[in-house]
Amino acid sequence: MTQYAEGITAEIVKEHGITDEEYAVILDRLGRAPNLVELGIFSVMWSEHCSYKSSRAHLGKFPTSGEKVIQGPGENAGVIDIGDGQACIFKMESHNHPSFIEPYQGAATGVGGILRDVFTMGARPVALMNALRFGAPDHPKTTHLVSGVVAGIGGYGNCVGVPTVGGETNFHAGYNGNILVNAMAVGLADADKIFYARGAEPGQPIVYVGSKTGRDGIHGATMASAEFDDASEEKRPTVQVGDPFVEKKLIEACLELMATDAIAAIQDMGAAGLTSSSVEMADKGGIGIHLNMDAVPQREANMTAYEMMLSESQERMLVIMKPGREDVAKAIFEKWELDVAVIGETTDTGRMVLTHKGETVCDIPVAPLADDAPKYERPFFAPEVRAQLNAKDIAQPGHMGEILLKLMSSPDMASKAWIWKQYDRHVMADTTASSEDPSDAAIVRVHGTGKALAITTDCTPRYCYADPYEGGKQAVAEAWRNLTATGADPIAITDCLNFGNPERAEIMGQFVGCVEGMAEACGKLNFPVVSGNVSLYNETNGVAIPPTPAVGGVGLIPDLERRAHFGGLKEGDILLVVGETLGAMGASVYLKTIEEREDGGVPPVDLAVEKANGDFVRGQIRAGRLTSCHDISDGGLACAAADMALASNCGIKLAHEGKSPPMHGFLFGEDQGRYLIAAEKEDAIAILQDAKADEIPVHVVGLAGGTAITVNGAHPLELDRLRAAWEGWLPELMGHLAEAAE
Amino acid sequence: MKAKIHVYLKPGVLDPQGAAVAGALHNMGYDEVTDARQGKLIELDLAGEDVDQARARVDEMCRKLLSNPVIESYSIELE
Repeated sequence: MTQYAEGITAEIVKEHGITDEEYAVILDRLGRAPNLVELGIFSVMWSEHCSYKSSRAHLGKFPTSGEKVIQGPGENAGVIDIGDGQACIFKMESHNHPSFIEPYQGAATGVGGILRDVFTMGARPVALMNALRFGAPDHPKTTHLVSGVVAGIGGYGNCVGVPTVGGETNFHAGYNGNILVNAMAVGLADADKIFYARGAEPGQPIVYVGSKTGRDGIHGATMASAEFDDASEEKRPTVQVGDPFVEKKLIEACLELMATDAIAAIQDMGAAGLTSSSVEMADKGGIGIHLNMDAVPQREANMTAYEMMLSESQERMLVIMKPGREDVAKAIFEKWELDVAVIGETTDTGRMVLTHKGETVCDIPVAPLADDAPKYERPFFAPEVRAQLNAKDIAQPGHMGEILLKLMSSPDMASKAWIWKQYDRHVMADTTASSEDPSDAAIVRVHGTGKALAITTDCTPRYCYADPYEGGKQAVAEAWRNLTATGADPIAITDCLNFGNPERAEIMGQFVGCVEGMAEACGKLNFPVVSGNVSLYNETNGVAIPPTPAVGGVGLIPDLERRAHFGGLKEGDILLVVGETLGAMGASVYLKTIEEREDGGVPPVDLAVEKANGDFVRGQIRAGRLTSCHDISDGGLACAAADMALASNCGIKLAHEGKSPPMHGFLFGEDQGRYLIAAEKEDAIAILQDAKADEIPVHVVGLAGGTAITVNGAHPLELDRLRAAWEGWLPELMGHLAEAAE
Repeated sequence: MKAKIHVYLKPGVLDPQGAAVAGALHNMGYDEVTDARQGKLIELDLAGEDVDQARARVDEMCRKLLSNPVIESYSIELE
């Protein structure tokens, strides 16, 4: 057997990211050397992105089932039961690298891609979220990337008519060379009308719908391949450009087709669209596939089969129809002015056969593409556990009000209104709470009902860097806490695991630690993982991003009349903290901002306490006792109080007693599992009585009133001054962009 | 001196506006149109007489502001 087919060299194999061992497996399974098209297909299917070869060994640790889980990981998105015959379908995905290269289009196509994952399954998308991480604010690229990414998310999301309801944004020097753009989409469907990639049988027509295929995003290896020696300008790989109006038409056309009962299986075309969509449907159905590449709608002349199979053109779907029903699809997609073509049929051979211009250009077994994909047990080591750091070990600052002002106007804590004001938060008219509202999670009403979805994205990368296991636990716990703080029952999560190079044991240790911590929290909180995505190799010149396992949590508010937010504080309300305050300062916002250090151990999450405290708070919300409720996280009690005071336009008089923890620990410590709640006096008494009976730690910490935040009658910070600083930071940063351009 | 700068999407980059133009022309019965691509024309009035220097400066303006080099190309005419 010859090692290489005509025109293929060791160099070309290497440029496809295939190792010598992997190439040997291909030779064995094919019984011959692969041609360029086949090599391209193996390279895509065995890539980290499609095969999860470094991460699969650990992803099995996640709990993925539960009484409300209809579909866990393995399909396009996760599906949960929200009662009344309805289902919620959701997923989060990364578009990090494209967004760094071309921020507008990278972020825009990230939004388009995650929407397709959701409506492929039969859901109408109802909400978008974004978790963004940028480099240091003073890094020369940061403002350019922020403005491009935000404009791209807004440009696509606003045009496609799905509200962008929430998210989170961090700035840290660790992302200077690799920003993170994680987009989450949430949709609704009838529980008995879910569509899957599985279910195709031999003898069914394969229908291509959506936009034409161009040379978008074909990886650089094409340039070096023998076929393109005379590569001219027009053959150069290009950035993917999205077209949200086509996506909108695609949503409507797909949902219309799904109402006809003519579909056997359906899959969107994501990364390496035609290859991964056809292989996944063939593999899940245990069948073969035959595609006629001449029939693929093409945007450019003289495209090769290789280019068509690897193209990442946007707004495309592949549908396997029930036999004889092709005309149903044709009529619907032509009405919506979208391309539609029968490009092949399913077979019983178990092989993937492609013909182009009268020749067979690919003939390989399907099973090895999926089953024999490499799976690596990469070596890893856990980072050293850091010692806990308590406030009593840190010098007490002078004026607490000035410290609070500094924290609330720091990059992580300052208002992100500059970002979310560019997003349409209200299209579809079911948004009950979005980024602009004082709510720990976005709330989107289930159309035509009195119930609602609560949606949040969470991760604290500085915790994950300091202690991957505790950081992973905390990311899940915080998502659970944010949903709880609105009065929702947390149901399930999706995740987007962003890490550096897994071939380094240190990075792999971060990955394993975070996954195990998340799995522990998901199990104990009955909060399973139903979908997700892994993004590795986020590093530049050997410098990796901080480990960032972003968590997207979804919960259900059974009755919108019984929910909570943190903008309802009134003069005379009693403020209480649920949970114990010990003054944990390790890896805190205080430490980073005031002491300019990022050391110390992560405040550990006690999951049993987390659950007990959260269940108690949810019960009080549903009893209608709280005027305001806010989870306590970054920046501790004082920052939670500042959020509440600003949102309610009502001052807060905090009271600190005793020496343990010291005042700065009481105010800024980041002990986990805590909530700041407010209630009128009689309700506060009832809450304290319930707390005593349930053995939940609840302490009075202050009183609402006045126009400032004070501590023990001193350290005043006027709300007007706080608001100006909190709202001013990001516009000022982005304003400097305009000045620099002038 | 006047500079005319044509900015257009690189070949192969999806052009949603161009596609919309082609679609509209088809709907109007102009079936001979097989494709449409659209870009923009920027005219600058420049002070000074040195053509070589002007070209270098305008080229810099194109790279820094007037075009997005990741997805767009440009050409410069001086007159």
